[in-house]
Amino acid sequence: MTKNAPARPTVGPSPKQLAAIKTVLFVLALLPFARIVWLTVQQVPVDPVEFVTHGTGDWALYLLCATLTITPLRRFTGWNWLIRLRRMLGLYAFFYALMHFLTFLWADHRFDFGAMWKDVLKRPFITVGFICFVLLLPLAATSTNAMIKRLGRRWAQLHRLIYVIAPLAILHYWWMKAGKHNFEQPIVWGTVVAVLLGLRVYWSWSRKRSPATSRPVP
Amino acid sequence: MLFKRNPNGLDLPFPSEITPREVYEGRRKFIAQVAATAAVGSSLWELANREAFAQAAPAAKLAAARNAGLSTTEKQTPFEDATHYNNFYEFGTDKSDPAQNAHTLHTRPWTVRIEGEVKKPLTLDIDQLTKLAPLEERIYRLRCVEGWSMVIPWVGYSLANLIKQVEPNGNAKYVEFTTLADKRQMPGVGSRVLEWPYVEGLRMDEAMHPLTLLTVGMYGQVLPNQNGAPVRIIVPWKYGFKSAKSIVRIRFVKDQPRTAWNGIAPEEYGFYSNVNPNVDHPRWSQASERRIGEGGFFAPKRKTLMFNGYDQVASLYSGMDLKKYF
Repeated sequence: MTKNAPARPTVGPSPKQLAAIKTVLFVLALLPFARIVWLTVQQVPVDPVEFVTHGTGDWALYLLCATLTITPLRRFTGWNWLIRLRRMLGLYAFFYALMHFLTFLWADHRFDFGAMWKDVLKRPFITVGFICFVLLLPLAATSTNAMIKRLGRRWAQLHRLIYVIAPLAILHYWWMKAGKHNFEQPIVWGTVVAVLLGLRVYWSWSRKRSPATSRPVP
Repeated sequence: MLFKRNPNGLDLPFPSEITPREVYEGRRKFIAQVAATAAVGSSLWELANREAFAQAAPAAKLAAARNAGLSTTEKQTPFEDATHYNNFYEFGTDKSDPAQNAHTLHTRPWTVRIEGEVKKPLTLDIDQLTKLAPLEERIYRLRCVEGWSMVIPWVGYSLANLIKQVEPNGNAKYVEFTTLADKRQMPGVGSRVLEWPYVEGLRMDEAMHPLTLLTVGMYGQVLPNQNGAPVRIIVPWKYGFKSAKSIVRIRFVKDQPRTAWNGIAPEEYGFYSNVNPNVDHPRWSQASERRIGEGGFFAPKRKTLMFNGYDQVASLYSGMDLKKYF
């Protein structure tokens, strides 16, 4: 696959089209949050705390997977312009993770940081979820153009943290669902993450074998 | 066959496990309807239809005098919430699944076998069972192990009334309740989340306690399918999963039964599972609870009470280390 990697296409959407695509994506990624807020305000969910907690957590994971899909999609299709969408998806993943964390802090602990901290230390699935959230912070903070420029090569190194965050997010989900012995969804999303990360491992391995065709994998 | 795999060694299906002809035919009709719907291509219509199916027959009223002495005066959970937020894994693992799927459960005819270490085993149909003792309304708190709670007016009578009829012998130390497990009526049976059939159990003194309610109704009407129709147990001082639903067999046994959640995750769900704010679930605190229907997202949580506030059962456990026997 590496040997026959598609050539960089010279054509892609025009700046105007790209702006339109970004706008559509921005709205689409916001819709789940709008739905969660709307239904909660309308008092539709019987247990609103559970509804918001699960909804924000689910979408943080979905968008994390979407972010990780950009690179494989680029390589398979040759549509390099897709990279222009990745930052938004990543920031949305962070946004949903932040809402997930705030729900936990607010609804479970009424902003009592001491009680929250005790919970984080006591319960492994919360510990892991909290680590995911903390690891996302520097990634979100360094997502501006200025920071990318300033960090140079180290920016790419730092953002490889996502390869740690994604499996930890699955572990968090897995251990949470283990409480009710219900692994159907963690298996589905664990497989998605395993495939997405497995592709990187494969590429890195085949690049080492044939350094001539090497190309940077962001 | 389903009954061959019954871990309790039953070699015959329960009469209530045999799908009656009209259910079969009803299901065919339903499948045809869904197929027609798919052809039209309107999934919305299908959903609406399923909802209509679930709520088609108006529930029969059940007259019962309130037992004020054993009832709480707390605000009752809205009927809509109590019937649309259920853990009943036989119909799916989402709490909205039972309300959507339980319409396929056929609650008549229905028989319950009462057997085991008793002098007079009995097989009762649901009408005989309902008439065995005068029905009472009891408004109980319900505390789910997941950290939420409701207040529900149940209709039934103390299980002790039934137990006295069958005259347990000296070997009867525990009572085991078995829920129907019929894949044809219960789409969730067969999922790997639990072992089927769902089994729950109580110690004899717990089962004999007047609070333990053999339940056939709620909110003044017969039990909706998703709430464990046509007959279930309510043990208000224990986490909700201890209260078996849609019971087809009550068996008196010598040894502590292997119960559904305790069997599959003994570290997380004890056999006793008394509501206890001092013993956390490994994954969350049990010190407080969210009362469903009370103030929504911003409502502060309530403190969970020992034995869910039913202090009169404390004597059953005197001398027991409730941290060990959680």
